[in-house]
Amino acid sequence: MIRVELPAHLQTLARVGREVQLDVRGEVTQRAVLDALEASYPVLRGTIRDHVTHKRRPFMRFYACAEDLSHEPPDAALPPEVASGAEPFLVIGALAGG
Amino acid sequence: MSEVRVLVGTRKGAFVLTSDGRRDRWDVSGPHFGGWEIFHLKSSPAEPNRIYCSQGTGWHGQLIQRSNDGGKTWEAVDNKFVYDGVPGTHQWYDGTPHPWEFKRVWHLEPSLSDPDTVYAGVEDAAMFRTTDGGQSWHELKGLRENSTGSKWTPGAGGLCLHTILIDPSNPERIYIAISAAGAFRTDDGGTTWKPINKGLVSKYIPDPTAEVGHCVHRIAMHKSRPQVLFMQKHWDVMRSDDGGEVWHRISGNLPTDFGFVIDVHAHEPETIYVVPIKSDTEHYPMDGRLRVYRSRTGGNDWEPLTKGLPQQDCYVNVLRDAMSVDALDACGIYFGTTGGQVYASADAGENWKAIAEHLPAVLSVEVQTLK
Repeated sequence: MIRVELPAHLQTLARVGREVQLDVRGEVTQRAVLDALEASYPVLRGTIRDHVTHKRRPFMRFYACAEDLSHEPPDAALPPEVASGAEPFLVIGALAGG
Repeated sequence: MSEVRVLVGTRKGAFVLTSDGRRDRWDVSGPHFGGWEIFHLKSSPAEPNRIYCSQGTGWHGQLIQRSNDGGKTWEAVDNKFVYDGVPGTHQWYDGTPHPWEFKRVWHLEPSLSDPDTVYAGVEDAAMFRTTDGGQSWHELKGLRENSTGSKWTPGAGGLCLHTILIDPSNPERIYIAISAAGAFRTDDGGTTWKPINKGLVSKYIPDPTAEVGHCVHRIAMHKSRPQVLFMQKHWDVMRSDDGGEVWHRISGNLPTDFGFVIDVHAHEPETIYVVPIKSDTEHYPMDGRLRVYRSRTGGNDWEPLTKGLPQQDCYVNVLRDAMSVDALDACGIYFGTTGGQVYASADAGENWKAIAEHLPAVLSVEVQTLK
């Protein structure tokens, strides 16, 4: 199972705790994880990536294994620790100043 | 006994204020959607416990929430606002063409007769409609594709469609306003639109009497006379007696005719209210005195209403969607401030009191009169 941690607003919206677990088939990529996340929690559609282009929203970040993966291609493989479930894939609301 | 419910959208959540018909004691519930920006909430006239809510943040974008029980519980409905076809361009600040980009929903206007039909005014300016209670949204692209659309240029607040008025005598006729493009009207339910800005004079645009480019802040009507419209423009308070064909200025003796809100008494169609703001560069009341101005003559002759409102050191603003009226016999007037107060008058403006304080900045106020 893939572990995904969500920011507070999205936990409230999806009515889940900090971490959700997802069954991701095939290669574990950003796109595959987010597809699975949105399939399980349709209310999250449009809140992490754009509805149409599927580009990451400007103030969202993706971290895993102490690395910022936000700028990685969406179809690049995520670290093996994420694919094995040893480490979570973190969806983070970026610091936006103020 | 009657009940009044006030729906308040703020920078950091929604609040629901309720009182009985005496309107002297208020219960405040909230924040609903704490931490989220709530641009607007509005109930269906056909089903008062059906409330629609525009929710968003810079991180997560736009959401739409719906309540079927008067705001006690909510469910997220569709948040996909996609322009119909290839969106094309409007004019950017530097004069270059700029693609339409959806940013947020400013205003939700439920149908007068069908609780599942709602119009949404969005930024970048366009009109969307749902006919299934928010499960899907579709653009009425005739507005954006209006012959003037490519000339629309955002003002400082963005290219937002913020006002939607449905003619109660003819639901095919709808008025809308866009900052900073102007007012528009459809007579065929949203298929085609025309600018209705004749008579507006705006010195801040190259041609002060241009067909579009006027920064309309708000339009109001009384349901008994839907052809009579009142407008608070960037500067100028205006009136039209023919459905927006021609406007004339009714600022009269106002101390300043800059402002954002305008509304009409529930039972007196010639009694209107504004909150004058000092200027386009100083968005607060003149002299630190928060004054509502009332005209009982449909404009030109205005009187200040101050009893119960702060008359010194007050530097709040009252934003365009933040005034509303109830329909009780003694008409109640309500408005919210960027300082987080919601003020109410249960006697048409003679006396005011804060019915909520210390809220986040208030973006919108809508009032329901529940029998």
